[in-house]
Amino acid sequence: MTCGRLRKMYHGLWGVKVLNFNKSRIMNFFAKHLFCLSLIIILIPVNAFSAHTDLIEIVYISQEQFRKPALSNLDAIAKDEGLQGALLAIQDNNTTGKFTGHNFVLIEKKWPERGVSDADSHTFLENKSLLVAALDDNALVRIKLLAAAQSALIMDIVSRADSFRQQGCADHLFHVAPSRAMRADALAQYLLKKRWTRWFLVLGPTDEDKLFAQALKRAAKRFGSTIVTEKTWVHDYDARRTAQGEVPVFTQGVDYDVLVVADEQGLFGEYLSYRTWQPRPVIGTQGLVPTAWHRTHEQWGAVQIQNRFKAQSGRRMTEKDYAAYLAIRSYGEAIIRTGSGDPEQIKAYLLGDQFTLQGYKGKPLSFRSWNGQLRQPVLLAAARSMVATAPIAGFLHPVTELDTLGYDQRETQCDE
Amino acid sequence: MIREKHNAMNREMISWVRFVLLLGPLFGLNSVAADTIYVTLEKDNAVAIVDPERGVLLTTIPVGQRPRGIVLSHDQSQLYVATSDDHVIQVIDVKTLSPVGVLPSGDDPETFALHAKEEILYVSNEDDSSVSIVDVNKKQVIHTVGVGVEPEGVAVSPDGQWVVSASETTNMIHWIDAASYEVVDNTLVDPRPRGVSFTADSQYLWVTSELAGTVTILDVNSRQIIKTITLAVPGLNADRNQPVGVLIDPEMRWAYVAMGPANRVAVINAKTYAIEDYLLVGERVWNLAFSSDHQWLYSTNGVSNDISIIDLTRHKVTKSIKVGHFPWGLAVKP
Repeated sequence: MTCGRLRKMYHGLWGVKVLNFNKSRIMNFFAKHLFCLSLIIILIPVNAFSAHTDLIEIVYISQEQFRKPALSNLDAIAKDEGLQGALLAIQDNNTTGKFTGHNFVLIEKKWPERGVSDADSHTFLENKSLLVAALDDNALVRIKLLAAAQSALIMDIVSRADSFRQQGCADHLFHVAPSRAMRADALAQYLLKKRWTRWFLVLGPTDEDKLFAQALKRAAKRFGSTIVTEKTWVHDYDARRTAQGEVPVFTQGVDYDVLVVADEQGLFGEYLSYRTWQPRPVIGTQGLVPTAWHRTHEQWGAVQIQNRFKAQSGRRMTEKDYAAYLAIRSYGEAIIRTGSGDPEQIKAYLLGDQFTLQGYKGKPLSFRSWNGQLRQPVLLAAARSMVATAPIAGFLHPVTELDTLGYDQRETQCDE
Repeated sequence: MIREKHNAMNREMISWVRFVLLLGPLFGLNSVAADTIYVTLEKDNAVAIVDPERGVLLTTIPVGQRPRGIVLSHDQSQLYVATSDDHVIQVIDVKTLSPVGVLPSGDDPETFALHAKEEILYVSNEDDSSVSIVDVNKKQVIHTVGVGVEPEGVAVSPDGQWVVSASETTNMIHWIDAASYEVVDNTLVDPRPRGVSFTADSQYLWVTSELAGTVTILDVNSRQIIKTITLAVPGLNADRNQPVGVLIDPEMRWAYVAMGPANRVAVINAKTYAIEDYLLVGERVWNLAFSSDHQWLYSTNGVSNDISIIDLTRHKVTKSIKVGHFPWGLAVKP
């Protein structure tokens, strides 16, 4: 076991203390260079305290990202996006664990490009049963099918695919991020409230854009809006054409209330605002966006976690960090409440009525028992302003208004 | 002669006033105590001063950034106001209404409690997972106790033996021995505990859990849960019931619970634990305070920017008074 590995585990065990070290340069030096030496000294009191401590290991699986080109690199993409949220949750779990005798440790794994064969899966997962998956849809499908993962629980923190919530659902698979349907429904509720019900839908050529466009069409139908025009933005590289010249022509000749854009990768959506033929707001993947978390969000105690996250990682919390945080907090809650590390018991608790999680969004979060989706409010945010929180007041539901977003129990095609 | 006549008239008037005051309750005309209410306004960086008898906002005084918890000193001469974003507790002279100093409080003070007899404050430091113990006379933090993540409600038992801290994210009640400053026990409660309040006999602790929509009653001697009450307002989805502030009257007959976005104050029989009524107040009701004669209850309503006045003899809301942006905490001076 290398010193680096030990340090990572130590981060998990006593994250609070290590992160406080970072505040001072001297202590930082100490943390980096004298770590192994100090560990020997530190381990003595740790062992003395941990006589009745249960060790809980959670595996965080990410992958080497192949990043597609983006319109701008204005916002730096943090390499540790997601991981920092996971670390904060481990730290929070351990603060409770300190009193209940639980010790949470995060183990980091990278999903290899070629995937993991069934034969190798036990080695890859080290027989661990609590997984957090920060993976793209393809990798998620593959890990879901691994034999070693069948008796494990997987918290997916990235995927927005509605297919995972419907036909492609699985008994051991939980989804923390809002699905495309939930996001589209959040937008549609707000647009109905504003009476902006005639939409001009612009979508990009990628599969993801098509899937989000599908979710938007479903939402328009559910919440009484009409898509008056639908156009695909094709990226043709004609040097004579610029956004300034092209967008007005692209949006000309249609009467509509709002331009709804489906460009998940961010390849053209930012071009649209202020360039349309008629003065119309832009919403969707750009402009006013539906998201699980946003830097402008500070209500319902959110400012507390925003501050704690920033103090820990030196940057703002993203949607992926937030999802990782909730995933690990969910495991923590279930284990501390049930007093069990057994995946079956944890799963039953997470899907049961007793489970509620603080998500800093004004409503208790819980999992939908029929498809493992985390039910949660969806924030509607502009770059520097929190505009609204869905479900929008007035959209009613017999059980919880949160289930007005996404696929409800009666629509489920999940038969697992 | 004239003076005598005047005096006689005065006497007559006073006796009439007394008569009306005596009869008042019979006709449901309970008159509001001549209290002064101090209300922190989280978004206005100010404290509103309200005369509940006349139902008017008297004045608003500027304080530090993001004022939340507010408590009067034992001799009622000073107000302590937690100004969360300034990371201090401001001290305000009640007579002159001007700031006379600051107390250290640790980072991000939110709520705090005053010891039953001594001038000692127990402050929740939300960002630091700790409770700071502040000696007001020495003007210093004399001890810091590590508790769970995001400590919120804090209370001192009337007998001065216990300090309890509720941590919102850890979902625990931490029992701090007021003499040794040690955490001697922890009780796991329902998700996101917010408000904590002891009964007058120091035998029971009431805790609200915001996310579960429940009120939990703990036995102080065993520090175990003896009862959990689920709040359920007819016609409202369960996730709107998010209780925050809780108070029990000194006779321990009724408990009152501020229910946040359910916009109601629950009235609970403190002996049978039956929910008697839900009183509709302003929007997002946070915290509660009794009038000095315990005949009235005041609530801060965060979103509707007002306070509600509840007549406790009839359990009726009688008045609401606009006070400013995001009223949070309140203190009552006789």
